[in-house]
Amino acid sequence: MREPREFDDIPGTYVFDGQRNREGYHLNMFCKSLDIQSNRDAFRASPEEYLSKYPMSDEQRRCVLERDFLGMLRVGGNIYYTWKIAAFDRVSMQAAGAAMSGTGMTEDEFKQMMMEGGRSIEGNRSKKESN
Amino acid sequence: MAKLIAGIGTSHVPSIGAAVDNGKTQTEYWKPLFDQFEPARSWVETVKPDVSIIVYNDHAHAFDLGSIPTFSIGTCESFRSSDEGYGPRPIPDVQGDPRLAWHLIESLVLDQFDITMVNDMTVDHGLTVPLSIMYDQPTNWPCKVIPLAVNVVQYPQPTGRRCYALGQAIRKAIESYDQDITVAIYGTGGLSHQLQGERAGVINEPFDNWFLDKLVTDPLTVAEVDHTTWLRETGSEGIEAVMWLIMRGALSEEVKEVYRFTHCPASNTNYGMTILENAAGQ
Repeated sequence: MREPREFDDIPGTYVFDGQRNREGYHLNMFCKSLDIQSNRDAFRASPEEYLSKYPMSDEQRRCVLERDFLGMLRVGGNIYYTWKIAAFDRVSMQAAGAAMSGTGMTEDEFKQMMMEGGRSIEGNRSKKESN
Repeated sequence: MAKLIAGIGTSHVPSIGAAVDNGKTQTEYWKPLFDQFEPARSWVETVKPDVSIIVYNDHAHAFDLGSIPTFSIGTCESFRSSDEGYGPRPIPDVQGDPRLAWHLIESLVLDQFDITMVNDMTVDHGLTVPLSIMYDQPTNWPCKVIPLAVNVVQYPQPTGRRCYALGQAIRKAIESYDQDITVAIYGTGGLSHQLQGERAGVINEPFDNWFLDKLVTDPLTVAEVDHTTWLRETGSEGIEAVMWLIMRGALSEEVKEVYRFTHCPASNTNYGMTILENAAGQ
């Protein structure tokens, strides 16, 4: 169970603090390994075998294999690290953003939202505010 | 004596670098942004700094969760571009200035700032995109570069107040350097953006404009913004803009804003640029 922090009140935001570092360390270090071409080749050739080298939880493994980018954040993923999987897949930041929105938003809808000035801060500052 | 001649604030959105590398700067999407770089490019062509100290965050390329230095300075003769998953950017190696880098480290540590000393590192888009913004695609970068990497990837990031004070100490260090060179300092990252979670895509232009205003006239007010406010108001990655306070701290109390603009969106970010010079006589 997560010990609550002040910033947990920000909706839809997974601040990468020490608790998330502890939970997600191996998940994130797996992501980091994709900086190296030979590791990318090995992961592409045999994803499950490659992942087995990292002592990750079953849920973390599932999130990686199913490309559940929102799920990764919930089990300790850090966006600067999990982004490496999106880069590996040649997925755009807008497609990843749409997927993490958790509303079934498409990449084009996300792009359109950005062209219109982004997701509004109004109503998105605090969970209390949005309830 | 070395002289600090200017501070530049700029976002370092990776797709800006990709647009340069892939010849897409004149597309319908990118041209309006790149057109606004022109005055900055003309300005830097005029002032020609010998050395640029680029304050940026590494995005888990040179560093990883194995160890996370809050402030670090690269001392290398030259720096290669990081492989961010697509192979390294096709840009010239970045030339360092090891003698000045070690002078900064000695001066800062003896001035109570415990800098991590990095003798082997690559540089990622956080550092190379600002160079592309200012210099486009030269055969060689026209200035030496000292990377000053700040942790903003792991909470807690350094406070605004600490960043501002580090900037002040950098100014002292530059002014005690024994060579007649000119130095520019870059603060990079931000402005409002959030890459992660259900709130991905959040933008807060009023906050960004307040930040750019106060950076000129009242930076200490910005330095007092606490972490939760940064994260709440500017998005979880918008807090990168705290690094601009290092740049601002290195400048005089009174500065002249030479250039400023914002442009939304650059990828998922409200792009911001500011160019500040010390006011006359300071």
